[in-house]
Amino acid sequence: MPQNGGVSHDVAERSAAAERAPARPRRRGPTSIEALALLLVFGLAARPALLTLLGEPAAQAWTARFVAVMVQAIPFLTLGVVLSAVIAVFVPAGFFHRVLPGRAALAVPVAGVSGAVLPGCECASVPVAGALVQRGVAPAAALTFMLASPAINPIVMVSTFVAFPGRPEMAWARLAASLVAAIAVGWLWIRLGRTEWLRPPAHRHHEGGRWPAFWASIRHDFLHAGGYLVLGAAIAATLNTLIPEAWLARIAEHPVLGVLALALLAVLVSMCSEADAFVAASLTQFSPTAKLAFMVVGPFVDVKLAAMHAATFGRSFAVRFAPAALVAALAAAVAAGAVLL
Amino acid sequence: MRRDAQAVVLLLLGGGLLRLAVTGDYLDYVKPSALWLIVPAGLALVAVAAVTVLEIWRAREAPDRDGHGEPGIAWLLLAPVVGMLLVAPNALGSYDAERSGTAVGSEEGRSSYPELPDEDPAPLTLLDYAARAVFDEGRTLEGRRVELSGFILHDGGEPQLARMVVSCCAADARPVKIGLEGDLPADLEPDRWVEAVGTYSPRQGRDEINGELIPYLEVESITEIAPPDNEYQ
Repeated sequence: MPQNGGVSHDVAERSAAAERAPARPRRRGPTSIEALALLLVFGLAARPALLTLLGEPAAQAWTARFVAVMVQAIPFLTLGVVLSAVIAVFVPAGFFHRVLPGRAALAVPVAGVSGAVLPGCECASVPVAGALVQRGVAPAAALTFMLASPAINPIVMVSTFVAFPGRPEMAWARLAASLVAAIAVGWLWIRLGRTEWLRPPAHRHHEGGRWPAFWASIRHDFLHAGGYLVLGAAIAATLNTLIPEAWLARIAEHPVLGVLALALLAVLVSMCSEADAFVAASLTQFSPTAKLAFMVVGPFVDVKLAAMHAATFGRSFAVRFAPAALVAALAAAVAAGAVLL
Repeated sequence: MRRDAQAVVLLLLGGGLLRLAVTGDYLDYVKPSALWLIVPAGLALVAVAAVTVLEIWRAREAPDRDGHGEPGIAWLLLAPVVGMLLVAPNALGSYDAERSGTAVGSEEGRSSYPELPDEDPAPLTLLDYAARAVFDEGRTLEGRRVELSGFILHDGGEPQLARMVVSCCAADARPVKIGLEGDLPADLEPDRWVEAVGTYSPRQGRDEINGELIPYLEVESITEIAPPDNEYQ
């Protein structure tokens, strides 16, 4: 009896400690909600000064263009993250395995085309590809799916149609170039790829049921991709406002430099594929092929994606994959531009 | 970023979009058709924020970091919140028009120039007038009075009529410029909105920025108007 009493006393003490613990969190400087509150108070208090500073015509023009890209792109981003959360949480993982052919060389084009049916943004497609590899899908097919899905899915196609009114060939050229390049990278992996470059991703499992996982997925994808979208919108607004038109025109008019410049821009700004068509459309001085290169390269390889590839598949994969994807995307964009635009 | 801070950012963004939709200010940034995208997206973001708050409240504990390592980059989303709610810039006007070349070249491939509407004066968009004047030598404009509305722009001391043309959103806005000749009031200040009634003039100038042609309008009367809801065309 005394032994029992001792045990229950011990348990009671431990659970009491567990209950107390969250009430006394360790202080590690301001938490994010406090930082946010401070920022908001500062923003409201400094509003007159901010307005004077931002009342300058140049600042007003920059802000108008920046807000315009965000207002136009956020709805598409929202739609994309909601749909990709539905797929990540409610479509059974075995489904993809079942619909893909057993032979890798055949599975690659099938995976590429299924990217057109299954909407998902690039930030979501990287973990999805990791899960596919882990469940035994040929890496080549998973990689092709990872590249194709964010580049040619219905939401991206619709946003491209909307961004280029009266020029549907831009959207078709994007579809053709992205699909061809994604399949090419998949086949290249079959020929040259080595499994030891891939570090199998750790399984990311959701606790607490499907709905919490659904909301968490939306929140995470939106905040992550939205942050990069802000960078992209800021760069686009800067290019359009601060750089003299004549300057940009000299690069833009050059057929080769224009394409290379926008491909480089796509790599640097790391925009979400659901929104990049609007930025491409706003770069009015550049040739259609250069804009196409921006839209084909962006979903394939950029700074943000390279970081995500390294995080999911390992660094030795990422350093080989990025150049291959870049070359394939650029070649396909130039070819499609020459034929279709 | 902690989950409660995420909820606040999502709420501000969704609320900001809904506010633009309700006040009609969204027309300063995007085309009218974008309303059908902005409203559902704003509602969805507010809903995600509400669910997040509910989750935190149900958990009845200090909201710890999400398991997915929420990215610090999400803090950047405060920038559009500041832009939409605090700065709320006006539609682009003469400042941008002075610094960009006229966009008349985008109409160069146009195949047909239908007769003007029967009204007198016939209302036309600036881009339509410029295209008819530059690429069709004003054939459909001869002998007709037209009515154009836009804002005033000063180009080397000479007033012009201008309007920003948007193909997707304001980020790609480019001006169309029309030269004005005839008896003009002296007090035409930049960014003032006017309605000009006049006739086609064969005179043409060149835009110094991109070398495109700027057609002229022989002004009969010019009246000040309030800026339209949608300042873009």
